[in-house]
Amino acid sequence: MFRIFLVVLVAIASLPAPLLAQTVKVGLINSYTGFVAQPADQGQKGSDLYFKEHERDLPPGLKIEILKRDDTSNPEVGKRLAQELITRDRVQLLTGVVLSPVATAVAPLTAEAKVPLVLSYAAAGVNIPRLSPYIVRVTFTLWQESYPMGTWAAEQGWKTAYTAVTDFIAGHDAEAAFTKTFTDAGGKIVGADRFPLANPDFTPFVHRIKDAKPEVAFIFVPAGTQATAIIRAINEVGLREAGIKIAAPQDLLPDEELPNMGDIPLGLITSGTYSVAGKRPANEAFLAAWKREYGDKAIPDFFSVDGWDGMAMIFDLIKSTKGKFTADEAMSFFSHWKDPDSPRGPIEIDPQTRDIIQNIYIRRVEKVDGKLANVEIATIPMVRDPWKELNPPK
Amino acid sequence: MGDILSAVGNIAFNGLAFAMVLYLISVGLSVTMGMMGFVNLAHGVFAMAGGYVVTSLMREQGVPFPLALLGAALTVAAASVPVERLLYRRFYGGDELDQVLLTIGLAFMSVAGATYIWGPLQQPLQPPPWLSGVADLGFRSFPAYRSFLILCGAALVTALWLSIERTRFGARVRAAVDNLRMAQSIGIDTSRLFMATFGLGSGLAGLGGALGADLLTVNPGYALQNLIYFLIVVAVGGLGSIRGPFFAALLIGVTDTASKYLVPEFGAFFIYVLTLAVLLWRPRGLFGRA
Repeated sequence: MFRIFLVVLVAIASLPAPLLAQTVKVGLINSYTGFVAQPADQGQKGSDLYFKEHERDLPPGLKIEILKRDDTSNPEVGKRLAQELITRDRVQLLTGVVLSPVATAVAPLTAEAKVPLVLSYAAAGVNIPRLSPYIVRVTFTLWQESYPMGTWAAEQGWKTAYTAVTDFIAGHDAEAAFTKTFTDAGGKIVGADRFPLANPDFTPFVHRIKDAKPEVAFIFVPAGTQATAIIRAINEVGLREAGIKIAAPQDLLPDEELPNMGDIPLGLITSGTYSVAGKRPANEAFLAAWKREYGDKAIPDFFSVDGWDGMAMIFDLIKSTKGKFTADEAMSFFSHWKDPDSPRGPIEIDPQTRDIIQNIYIRRVEKVDGKLANVEIATIPMVRDPWKELNPPK
Repeated sequence: MGDILSAVGNIAFNGLAFAMVLYLISVGLSVTMGMMGFVNLAHGVFAMAGGYVVTSLMREQGVPFPLALLGAALTVAAASVPVERLLYRRFYGGDELDQVLLTIGLAFMSVAGATYIWGPLQQPLQPPPWLSGVADLGFRSFPAYRSFLILCGAALVTALWLSIERTRFGARVRAAVDNLRMAQSIGIDTSRLFMATFGLGSGLAGLGGALGADLLTVNPGYALQNLIYFLIVVAVGGLGSIRGPFFAALLIGVTDTASKYLVPEFGAFFIYVLTLAVLLWRPRGLFGRA
């Protein structure tokens, strides 16, 4: 009896490693409900798509298990969920997070527990990677995309600007970045407003802008139906008819909202990291996969591509380490990760800041095959986060 | 000078549009609270349902906007009657805490239900082309949709007042609000009257929610997010009144718009100050009876 037992034991011990299935647990925190549920959904679809398309590429015997949690757009809930994922579910990595305040709340936990967090949807809170050495951001920063807009507006010969942004960390970042480059180039800010978070009615605010008569209005709202609401208010109040130009980061004209906007945004200029109209082979492959999975009606946007790239980064780590890595090994891998061929163009992580370096595209809304599209008209290659260069770590 | 006039015009116009939506939704709440003494914290659910019906009908069935509005009002009115018969009726005259627990529970269920059926995202209202853009009236131009909102609201308010002041049904409603036991003893079937009034109030809320889907966005949290607005309108206007909520809605709508326009950094601060001031001055609201 004892001998049989020994034989079995030896047999198990000598099995080749891959036959023993190994699972890497990844905790994904996202805001499936609450005021950023729409961007959250867009990002999630991108992550899920990458997972589905590439699951079969994993080394045999290696599995990734994604544990999804809803932070309900509430930082306290997000923090509690992160704690549970780390201590109870023993995840090796955290990812997702669309709301920057949630990322800020989770940051100290990642440092304490040494669990890397791949921020794959949140873009605001420019200092977040500095809050913990275990955070890497694959999206973009509001500084990165709004900074060139101030320069661009000043180059058009516009001298006065009015900034109007949603009153949370993303809006504050966008406002600060635009104001910095616009005033450095000699422009003047004649008014600065902040919209309440869940604001259904933009008309009074747009009236304020119109009455202040600036040459250009810089506008940021979280991507989603709020974008359509403010575009409609701009039309109803007649802001553009009054000769006021509009400059905005990509969040004002998310690709999936364009069909709801009518012809109103034709000619509007935004700066951003991704447009479905981008002419790149990797983007065409991404769009084809998207269509197979979600059908014709669903349209991806920059959040979807951020989610896709975030998942790509995690897959690359797990493939190259065969699923065996420490937190520090993972961070060193992430910090030097690059993809010359993302749907949004070449991207790489800056090892110094753990933020992403990527192209910023200036886009104009044009009609392509009868549909509105954010057509890329100029490229500012490989932009680093400007805030970190202006504010070196002490 | 021209700027000030334009600012005043904008505030009045947009405030009026918001007031109409608030009034249509809240008037039913005021009547059910005044007449049946029933604290219906789930009233916003009916407005939300109106918003969902109108956006779904238009997007999925391609129903024209006016028909979709009518459909929203009728569907919500029809759906509210069984709720009243099966649930609310048992709690009339009962403990107020029971009523609050029941209706706040219903409101929470509506959040989960709407998320289950329509998902967590906002449902955008796409007004038809003839209501998008700007209506030019010569001396100045107005946003077309809001002009339509104000005209619709004004027509409904007039119709409602006439029906309460001039018809037999209206007389019964007023009698029941004034003195329920006396109304019953002179032979008014108050149970059926309650049902009809509740259906009417809910239908109006559904219509208000549908018309106002542009201002109060349709999402699963609607009933709880906007509850405070509806309660303020009823409290400031006075329970059981038809006129009171109208003036309260005007006051709240214009104050809200003006404070957003003039001092956006204070947010909703002024509405609450105004509510506090009115209630200190008249604890039963503008038109409430002692």
